[in-house]
Amino acid sequence: MATFFGEVVTGFSRAVGEEEEEEEEEEFEEDKEIREELEKRREVHVSWNELISAEISPDRRLPCTHLILSVGDNAAGFVSSYILSSGSWQVCGSIALWNERCRDCGIRNDVSPAPNSCTLFQMISDPMVLLCQCSCYVADDQLLQWCEKVFGSLEKSKLKVTVLSTCPVSEYKTIESTYTLPVPFLKALKTKEYKDVVPCPLMEQPNIADGLPAAVLTYCQVWKIPAVFYQCYTDITKLDSVTIEAFCPVLTVQSLGNLTADSAKIQETLKKMVKMRNIESNLYI
Amino acid sequence: MFVPLGKEDVNLRDYNLLLPAISVGNVGQLAIDLIISTLNIPKVGYFYTDCLLPMVGNNPYATNQENAKELCTNAEVYALPSHKLAVLQLRSIVIKKKLKTICQALISWIKRSAFSKVILLSSCHAYQRDDTQLLGTPFRYLITPVFQKFTADVLRELGWKEMEKVSTYPGMNDNEKRLSIPGGGFTKALYEDCCLEEIHMAVVLKFCSEGDNMPDAFSLLNQVNEWLHLVEPSNGDSHPKWKAPSSWRLLFGSGLPPALF
Repeated sequence: MATFFGEVVTGFSRAVGEEEEEEEEEEFEEDKEIREELEKRREVHVSWNELISAEISPDRRLPCTHLILSVGDNAAGFVSSYILSSGSWQVCGSIALWNERCRDCGIRNDVSPAPNSCTLFQMISDPMVLLCQCSCYVADDQLLQWCEKVFGSLEKSKLKVTVLSTCPVSEYKTIESTYTLPVPFLKALKTKEYKDVVPCPLMEQPNIADGLPAAVLTYCQVWKIPAVFYQCYTDITKLDSVTIEAFCPVLTVQSLGNLTADSAKIQETLKKMVKMRNIESNLYI
Repeated sequence: MFVPLGKEDVNLRDYNLLLPAISVGNVGQLAIDLIISTLNIPKVGYFYTDCLLPMVGNNPYATNQENAKELCTNAEVYALPSHKLAVLQLRSIVIKKKLKTICQALISWIKRSAFSKVILLSSCHAYQRDDTQLLGTPFRYLITPVFQKFTADVLRELGWKEMEKVSTYPGMNDNEKRLSIPGGGFTKALYEDCCLEEIHMAVVLKFCSEGDNMPDAFSLLNQVNEWLHLVEPSNGDSHPKWKAPSSWRLLFGSGLPPALF
């Protein structure tokens, strides 16, 4: 299939050719069954722990004032070291999904960012503050479903959403060359309802965001929920302390600043995390 | 599903709807950008769907620092009451296997809104043309049977050409013909659904190839404007001056590193 220059978001497949779709009509009954089975398997499941699931019912949702979502390793690393390390958090649920790039999105009970997981945490002192660490790949067709399932169980009247993620600096569009830009740097996008101060410049056109952060922001914009998204442009895709620290300006926002852990704990977690990564990536040990 | 921008619903009854197909060179989408930007059409709502890949950015039609801060999503509806014109802009691709679902979603919104007519701007792979199509105008149109009696004469007077059908079995049997719009995305599916649902709908498309498709968008829009008179050309000009939106900068990437030279 041809590549398409002008496209602003790239999909797993760009099916503009009609041939592909037409072939489907002629498929056998058996293929149809397999496809339906696959579709069922691709459903996103949100599971809350016992205490919370007892609280949720079709007409009662989980009260939530702030949902923090980290997407990807570095954003998860930032949240783990700067927020979760305070110790006043407990695992309250998880999101399970299956797709071509994520075969085992398991449930985790520790606070370190783990590959292929999507875990929900609740603040012990203020149970209305939730945090979600998503480090698994959510496929194109699962993105909006993810939002609907997660937000579907939350009470949205006082909800505010913060999303953190990273993206390669090569995707940043600017008149200058990205080669000369000092990386990492933060850019933000916010929904119409979000009125708080944003501690970094807003993302300029023609820059855009895609993937799970875009799905969450679209959901929030359409359903009028205040949300902000901080995108960190970096030249390192793996977990790294410089990129993690680039998120620090977001802690100046009051709702996040209140959640910051002690600096000793931050440093300890950060060291542990980076050391573990170094050992994993060292061929000679 | 249409979600209004504010709390009140938007009445689009008897409006003309313009929408793009996500097709080769993104010509339809670029042309829609030009219309919204030129006529400065205000946003009235979102087309909320799980069939398109999510994307968000700031206002693509920003004219000053203040309105540059407005978030835009992958499918938004704009409306201009003075022209009775509604415009749907789609900004990302259709997710695999969701082509039929998005057509159904569009059809049900079109029927509920009771538009007076629907015009789909599209494009088709230039390399798929046959010998007769190589000469003459690169534009083609299609109209649904119910819309024929209202527009067929008008379009014929303008000298427009209808999209030719191609043989189902080329070289074997030329009697059996079918409609084929390679590279046209959901153009054919939506057109056929509109035929079945008896919607007043027309497709205007251009044969083109991938590359810098901005000129294709301008020419497609000039063609449509001959029929719909969306914007009157200023005196002396044969075509109106379309205004390219601010987001069309850097379509082909960032600046080059100076160390290259």
